[in-house]
Amino acid sequence: MVTFTLNGQERTFDGDPDTPLLWVIRDFEKLTGTKYGCGVAQCGACTVHLDGMPRRSCVTPIATIEGSDVVTIEGVSGKEADAIKTAWAGLDVPQCGYCQSGQVMSAVALLQMVPKPTDADIDGAMTGNICRCATYHRIRAAIHNAANSMEG
Amino acid sequence: MNWKFAITGVATLCLFVGAGTVLSPASVAQDAKTDAKTLKPAASFQSIASERERSVALFQEAGKVIQHPRCVNCHPATDRPLQGANMRPHQPPVFRGDGGMGLPGMQCTTCHSAENTPVVGQADTIKSIPGNPAWHLAPIEMAWVGKSLGQICQQIKDPARNGGKTMDQIVEHMAHDELVGWGWNPGAGREPVPGTQAEFGELISAWVKSGAACPAS
Repeated sequence: MVTFTLNGQERTFDGDPDTPLLWVIRDFEKLTGTKYGCGVAQCGACTVHLDGMPRRSCVTPIATIEGSDVVTIEGVSGKEADAIKTAWAGLDVPQCGYCQSGQVMSAVALLQMVPKPTDADIDGAMTGNICRCATYHRIRAAIHNAANSMEG
Repeated sequence: MNWKFAITGVATLCLFVGAGTVLSPASVAQDAKTDAKTLKPAASFQSIASERERSVALFQEAGKVIQHPRCVNCHPATDRPLQGANMRPHQPPVFRGDGGMGLPGMQCTTCHSAENTPVVGQADTIKSIPGNPAWHLAPIEMAWVGKSLGQICQQIKDPARNGGKTMDQIVEHMAHDELVGWGWNPGAGREPVPGTQAEFGELISAWVKSGAACPAS
C-alpha cells in the first residue's frame, strides 16, 4: 500500500508497486489532464510536480513516492500558475494541445525556481518538453509575459 | 594404396583439427569477449618483476572499467552528458548546472530515480531508465571524453583535477563509491562494466601501492 498526497488530498494505491505514477493518476484517479506521450521520459507530456519539483510520471514507479506530494495540471495553483494560465490564454499558446499540460507544469516549476528567466533559462528548463506543433516561440513568449506580470 | 600419402593426409587433417581447436577465429573472439567482460585479479600481476611496469599494467587493466561508456558518459568534456554504448549526446538535451545535477527545471531527478527503473511496452532497445541516489555529472575538471588512458591516469592523480583527493581517497572512491558502483548495476538493457567493484578496487589499490605509474598514452 502506497500513501501519497494528490492535489492536496491523501490517496492510497494498493496495486502493483511498479505501476507508473502516470497510470495511477490517469487510470485509477481518473485525472486525465496529464498525458502519455512516449513512456520513456523523452517528451515531457506526463510532467507533474513531485514534492515541488517537475517529474516525469511515466518513469516514476508508484512505490517510490510513498509520503510524497503530487500536483497535476488539475491541481496546480499559486501566483506562478495563475500568471502562466493568463499568459497562455493571452497568446493562445496551444495548437493541438496534447503536450500543453506538461509544458505548463514545467513552465510553472521554472517560474517557482527562477522568477525572471532568461531565454537560456527557458531553453534549459523546457528542453525536455517536446511540442509536435512547434509552439515553442509562443511558449517562450508566454513564459516571459508571465514573469513580467508577476513583477508588478 | 599409397600409405605414405594417406598417413601424411591424416596427420595434416589432425594438424588442422588441432589448430581449429586452439586457434580458430571463433575461439579467439570468444576469449577477447570474455576478457572484455572480466578483470584479471590484482594478484595475477605479481609476476611482472618491474614495479613500474606492473603498476602501468594494473592501471591498464583498471582502464577497462574507467574507459567504458558506463563511466565516460558522465565525465563529458562539455556540459552535456553522453548516453548509451555508442556514447551519443544525451536526449533530452540536458546540461550540467550546479553541482552537475542539471539546470533549474530540468534537473537529473526530473527523470532519473534513486534506482534503475524498468519501462514497459517499449522497443527492445529501451528497457530501463538508469538511476542512483547520487546521479550527477562529474565536474568539468574530471572530464574524460577525448582523453587517452595515460592522460586520465595523470588526471586521477592530480588533486587539482580529482576533487582534492589523496591517493587513499581515490582507492576508497573507486572501491566503494555508490555511483561508481552503479557501473556494475546499470539496469536492464545496459552492459555493465567488466568484473566487480571489489576487483576494480583491488586493482586501483595495487596500482597505488606499486607507485601509481601511468601509461605513456
